[in-house]
Amino acid sequence: MALAVFGLLAALLLVGALVVVLHPDSVYSALALVGVMALLAALFVTLDAHLIAAFQVIVYAGAIMVLFLFVIMLIGRPGSGGPFARGKLLWAASGLGAAALAVGLGTMVARSALPTPDAGRAEFGTTTTLARALFTTCLLPFELTSVLLLIAVVGAVVLAKGRPRA
Amino acid sequence: MGIDLAIVAAKAVVVVLMVLSLAGLLGWVERKGSALVQDRIGANRASVLGFAGLGLVNTMLADPIKFLTKEDVVPATVDRRLHLLAPCLNLFPALVTFAVIPFGDVLRLGGREIPLQVAQLNIGVLYVLVMASVGVYGVVLGGWASNNRWSLLGGLRGSAQMISYEIAMGLGLISAILFYGTVDLQEMVRAQAGGPLAWGFVYQPVALLLLLTSGIAESKRVPFDLPESESELVSGYFTEYSGVKHLMFFMTDFVEVIIVSGLVATIFFGGWQVPYLGPQGFELAGGRIVALPHLVVALLQVAAFTVKVVALCWFQIMIRWTVPRFRYDQLMRLGWKGLVPIGLANVMVTALAVVGLG
Repeated sequence: MALAVFGLLAALLLVGALVVVLHPDSVYSALALVGVMALLAALFVTLDAHLIAAFQVIVYAGAIMVLFLFVIMLIGRPGSGGPFARGKLLWAASGLGAAALAVGLGTMVARSALPTPDAGRAEFGTTTTLARALFTTCLLPFELTSVLLLIAVVGAVVLAKGRPRA
Repeated sequence: MGIDLAIVAAKAVVVVLMVLSLAGLLGWVERKGSALVQDRIGANRASVLGFAGLGLVNTMLADPIKFLTKEDVVPATVDRRLHLLAPCLNLFPALVTFAVIPFGDVLRLGGREIPLQVAQLNIGVLYVLVMASVGVYGVVLGGWASNNRWSLLGGLRGSAQMISYEIAMGLGLISAILFYGTVDLQEMVRAQAGGPLAWGFVYQPVALLLLLTSGIAESKRVPFDLPESESELVSGYFTEYSGVKHLMFFMTDFVEVIIVSGLVATIFFGGWQVPYLGPQGFELAGGRIVALPHLVVALLQVAAFTVKVVALCWFQIMIRWTVPRFRYDQLMRLGWKGLVPIGLANVMVTALAVVGLG
């Protein structure tokens, strides 16, 4: 049962990911990416990680992808032909990169002993468990991440405003 | 297993039907309410075979029939698939949001304990934020797929507004979560047992204001109706929709009003709690108990929740007909420079109070 659900979700996710890359219309690509985010959230739910699934939808599908669509709408659809009318060199380079990534990830997965998720435990993946881990054992990296995001926001504001006129 | 599944399905169907009929009812209440505010009679032309006496029933029946029998005009230049997808993506998240809102305590029936809440989710109130963030797509796509400048402007305004006010909404919810110490809405309601002085609005008035304001902004109704604003954008992101698809946008409006009411009632007005009603019956001063059978207690609780939701819906409709529309810069200023700092300050004060007072 669980394997069948996983297989279905994973297959849909791959189809969505292919649509993101291959569809000539950027609005459809962005929407397919939203679908991929939602399916990823569903996969998290099957692993009993409900809070992560909620964050996946709130942050990625609900905020970041809306901004993607926002920008696409403001700029308008790019000219026909799409991203594939760019020559063979780019094709070769991206193919090579993808192959290298696939090999690297494949060997990594093959070598590591994947622990079976202890999803059976009642408190696994609950809001309380995750919050406790986040604010006790992982407090420093968590806070450092927020500083990193702050730096990114400041950088974005500086870039958007441009240099002050002397 | 089979019976449990059937119970869950029955609860889901009942809740969706209740929300939909209340939305239809609000369509009539809104017209009558506007007539009341504007000192006229209003909404008295729907008659069945010359009989106009039952204004409520007639209008409730006439409205959907009118929408269902209208021609569904799809302009030739639109993106047909996205044009169809947009109203569905608008209505669906609104309809499923009510799943986490408890409409009663546990109902004991034939040896079974049935929690009167469609979905007992571990993430609780965060689910509301999930669905609110997904609801933006209906607006964005409606504006984009219509291939119309007014629609696009409405869609862009709508998405910017909804994303902005989601932050204020989240901050209001964080204060409530800190205060109750749980994200579970059912637990929040249980913590409000006793009289009205135990209800959330006494302890979290600022969060109530934040949640109600951002909730109205999320539902894009006056004074926050800039995404549709008839005087500038014809009808905003759903200008190019007619017939049933227009009805779906129209319904979403009222369903969102009901959700905001349900959420505010649950977090700040005791949800299904009836003042001084315990699981055994009314608990009066001096330890006296007026005993009531379990079924009556459960029914009273559901009725109390319904009354609170309807009262808050009425409150929102009265706001809609009394307050004029904001300008766009005022809307953004209120969101980012007003509600967000207030929300942050409220979170800090609540956190200090929770830690300080234990």
